Amino acid sequence: MFCEKAVELVRELHRMSDGQLPAFNEDGLRQVLQEMQTLYEQNQRDVNEVKSEGRADLIPSIKLRHCCLLRNQRCLTAYLYDRVLRIRALRWAYGSVLPGSVQFHMCAEELQWFSQYRKSLASFMRSLRDGGLDITQDMKPPKSLYIEVRCLKDHGEFEIDDGTVILLKKNSQHFLPRWKCEQLIRQGVLEHVVS
Amino acid sequence: MSDALSDGGSDIQQDDSHEDVMTPAELIAKLEEAWLNEKFSPELLENKSEVVECVMEQLTHMEANLQRVKKGDAKASIHHMEIDRIRFVLSSYLRSRLWKIEKFFPHVLEKEKSRGEGDASLLSPEEFAFAKEYYANTETYLKAVALKRMPPNLQTVDMLQSVPEPCLDSFVFLRVKERQENILVEPETDDQREYVVDLEEGSQHLMRYRTIAPLVSSGAVQLI
Repeated sequence: MFCEKAVELVRELHRMSDGQLPAFNEDGLRQVLQEMQTLYEQNQRDVNEVKSEGRADLIPSIKLRHCCLLRNQRCLTAYLYDRVLRIRALRWAYGSVLPGSVQFHMCAEELQWFSQYRKSLASFMRSLRDGGLDITQDMKPPKSLYIEVRCLKDHGEFEIDDGTVILLKKNSQHFLPRWKCEQLIRQGVLEHVVS
Repeated sequence: MSDALSDGGSDIQQDDSHEDVMTPAELIAKLEEAWLNEKFSPELLENKSEVVECVMEQLTHMEANLQRVKKGDAKASIHHMEIDRIRFVLSSYLRSRLWKIEKFFPHVLEKEKSRGEGDASLLSPEEFAFAKEYYANTETYLKAVALKRMPPNLQTVDMLQSVPEPCLDSFVFLRVKERQENILVEPETDDQREYVVDLEEGSQHLMRYRTIAPLVSSGAVQLI
């Protein structure tokens, strides 16, 4: 069946829960492109035959193939675009440097898209005011200035606003300014202790 | 000093360099209004860069003041909290605009292109630059990965058609700030007829966004 591979690609993303980025399916992409090439060549041949020998009976199959081509194109772009949206969400979740395990799942062009997106976003935030305003911070309305956090991983030394340096060691608990911890919480280094 | 810091900023009044007569409280109210509208409307609204700029200035000013406060002053932490809250609203406002720009980028840019001379732009210059870059980046990416390897007649994608449009028919909650008469409500089902309603000041409604979109931009109603 035509288009099966392309639909399979879309399904693959659909099955993933929100925000997860599966490995880039280079193989699937290649197969769809190959199918498109074959369909296209067959169509070219048939079109020529229709023109030279006036075989109008070939027109329906040409139309069918053309529809399949369009569908393949649509599915592929949908696959790629959806991945881009997921990668975008990762920028907001992890900050401007993606963890290696995620980068491993991306193809070269996606990495390029990501770095360009990062640049656009950074220049947007810089242009907002002198010194910039990081709008990827403050994701939730602030309830209190300081929050109780527990360290989930060894993170090393960490400097807070007034210059004090604290050591973020696994399983240690700290009372820190919220705006300094937000990103570390999203990265999974710290955990907000609610008691 | 304590004067300049008191209550979220009676500060700008004293050392405000430009000539608008807005008090800080009004300014923050304006920001909150813009923020809620932007948050709940399905489409991108007109940018309020004036408000944003004023609030930025205000924030910088308050932060500078806070630097001078003695450590351990009880007032300082209250002001710090206030700064945090204003910054949250501001960031959230800019964020929801940016998300809409990304989500509907071809439509946003198309609207910008078809905008008549003299009409105010929906986008601030920074947002416009961002939208253009986003468009170019995404297009380059699609081309590089797949489109250029497709048959010659299929190497372009019409972004305007492929990316979903904002759904103006979605329902929104709103509160009326200025009394409105004769608002035409489109029929929901075939056996219904269109009818008109009057919106009393202070009343709350649930309506299609499309019906009241002009009232949102004129400020006569507030989305909640």
